[in-house]
Amino acid sequence: MIETKEAGILTAIETKDAGKPTAIETKTAGKQTMIETKNVNFYYADFRALKEVTIRVEARAVTALIGPSGCGKSTFLRLFNRMNDLIDGTRLTGECLIDGEDIYHKSVDVDALRKRVGMVFQKPNPFPKSIFENVAYGLRVNGARDRSFIAARVEESLRAAALWVEVRDKLRASAFALSGGQQQRLCIARALAVSPSVLLMDEPASALDPISTAKIEELIDQLKRDYTIVIVTHNMQQAARVSDSTAFFMLGELVEFGSTKKIFADPDHDQTRRYVAGRFG
Amino acid sequence: MKWTRRLAKHTIEGLFTLSGGVTSLVVFLIIAFLFREGFGLFRSPAVERGYGLCVHAENAVPTLDAGQVKRIFDGEITDWKEVGGRPGAIVPFRVDDLFTGGGAMDDDPASVIPRVEALIARTPGIIAFLHADYLPGTKIARHLSLGNITPSDFFTGREWQPAASPSPRFGALPLILGTLLVSLAAILLALPLGIGAAIYLSELAGARMRAWMKPTIELLAGIPSVVYGFFGLVVLAPLIQKTFDLPVGESALTGSLVLAIMALPTIITLAEDATRGVPRAQREASLALGATRWQTICRVVLPGASSGIAAATVLGIGRAVGETMAVLMVTGNAAVLPRSLLEPVRTIPATIAAELGEAPAGGAHYRALFLLGCILFAVTMAINLTAELMTARSRPKNI
Repeated sequence: MIETKEAGILTAIETKDAGKPTAIETKTAGKQTMIETKNVNFYYADFRALKEVTIRVEARAVTALIGPSGCGKSTFLRLFNRMNDLIDGTRLTGECLIDGEDIYHKSVDVDALRKRVGMVFQKPNPFPKSIFENVAYGLRVNGARDRSFIAARVEESLRAAALWVEVRDKLRASAFALSGGQQQRLCIARALAVSPSVLLMDEPASALDPISTAKIEELIDQLKRDYTIVIVTHNMQQAARVSDSTAFFMLGELVEFGSTKKIFADPDHDQTRRYVAGRFG
Repeated sequence: MKWTRRLAKHTIEGLFTLSGGVTSLVVFLIIAFLFREGFGLFRSPAVERGYGLCVHAENAVPTLDAGQVKRIFDGEITDWKEVGGRPGAIVPFRVDDLFTGGGAMDDDPASVIPRVEALIARTPGIIAFLHADYLPGTKIARHLSLGNITPSDFFTGREWQPAASPSPRFGALPLILGTLLVSLAAILLALPLGIGAAIYLSELAGARMRAWMKPTIELLAGIPSVVYGFFGLVVLAPLIQKTFDLPVGESALTGSLVLAIMALPTIITLAEDATRGVPRAQREASLALGATRWQTICRVVLPGASSGIAAATVLGIGRAVGETMAVLMVTGNAAVLPRSLLEPVRTIPATIAAELGEAPAGGAHYRALFLLGCILFAVTMAINLTAELMTARSRPKNI
């Protein structure tokens, strides 16, 4: 009950002053649940990709989803912005709540949900447009027309994605002219521009070199002050470095979920221990 | 063992090279033949080959061009002052006139020429069109030379009357404009429909619908064009005649409709390939930002596929420009400058198909048809090159 109430306040504040943390939010940060699933099962046609997953994801923290390939962690991540809907023949049972709202309820506007839950993909996927237009895209599809507002929001987002200094002189250049790491930060800026409250990241650094990866990780560390971040990663060290909590998946089941410290230092399950130690995966 | 294998390898490679070479050679020969025959038109005299024109020796008219000659013999010009001579009625005369009316005649030049000379001498206003063998001496008659057919006669001439006598008219402008009109109208009809269908197929249709629909649309491309023509003639033409209350249903519009149906498979298939070629990652990125499906189509898919769609359009035009049989059957084939979509027109391919059979090889008419072929070739080649450039531009960028 308390959580739901706080979530309500949070939403109210956010609609008033998008993206900026306030005193109330900062105080509650770390205690509040942003995403919650209850006994979620997910099917691709006959294949059961997720089994009875129940989890609570903290607001304004980084939660890492780890596990071997095909364990369902990406599927799980894509539940939260309903990207799985794009695949024919998928089915979900159980409950999936964001901010206390069942996002799979009939009355949910999926497009509006996706504005609240941003996503960064595995490979940088900028549009074949200019750097500016890439970031402005989300604003434009949401009906923003005021030029100065768009320009201000683009700058703000690029600054938040630690890309502004590098691109401010070439905003009209094609996004493809950027390096892979810059493209990925552009994609993060693009996601931030529509002021989501949750940011989903699907192996955001797997296609990048170590220096770009370090920059992305640093960025994630900054962003968690304002956003709830869920990140899928194959890289154990990355999970250990950037996340506050870690969920370990295997064969569609959530094996263990807890603070990153505990998962990496003293997990309850033997499977988790072996996986984080790099014995299999 | 080894040398036999090497021999076999060389033989096979040689055969492949040869087949490629032969194909290329044939293409070049055809093009060379086309242009050689076509441009021969400008070495053809403006008067029918083997015939000549002459006027009375004291006629002051400076010179005549082929168009004036035609109008004189058609009775549209009746006074010499209209063509720059001294006032006086024009008396057109053909050698046939000698032989009509009076019994069996001797056609030996020795007996014909004196009679022609006598006729010319007593008729100051005469203009005579005669076989070269019957041309009288220059004391009595002045021979008129109309020169050769010029490029401007051909490209800007408004009359296409290849069988006109004494001077056939090869003005290709009505044919060129007719082709353009029919093709453009066809593409304007086919484009919205084709792109709409492509978007439906690639973005909206379910997998099963697509699996059923795509082969059906591609089947359209396999129907012989004469069948389309037949359909147009029997179904569309009467329909258009009734709808617009026209004297005849065969019109530019009928041709455009048939061509639009024929160009649809090309446009749909290519445009669908182009839209499906837009990376899935970009669609997902757009949807993940809260864009609706429709916004994603308009702002990401269509711009991403624009060069492919442009290529589809251009190739669709190419198909329409070169199409012969269906158009020949439904456009009415009147070689006049098109004034509206509801009038009969004649296109270049239809002209070639309809007239080549009756044009004597090597004659001016025959060469004029080849020159039309050259125009068609140049146009379709330009179209294909454009399409090639457009698709080359759309090849995947670095992602």
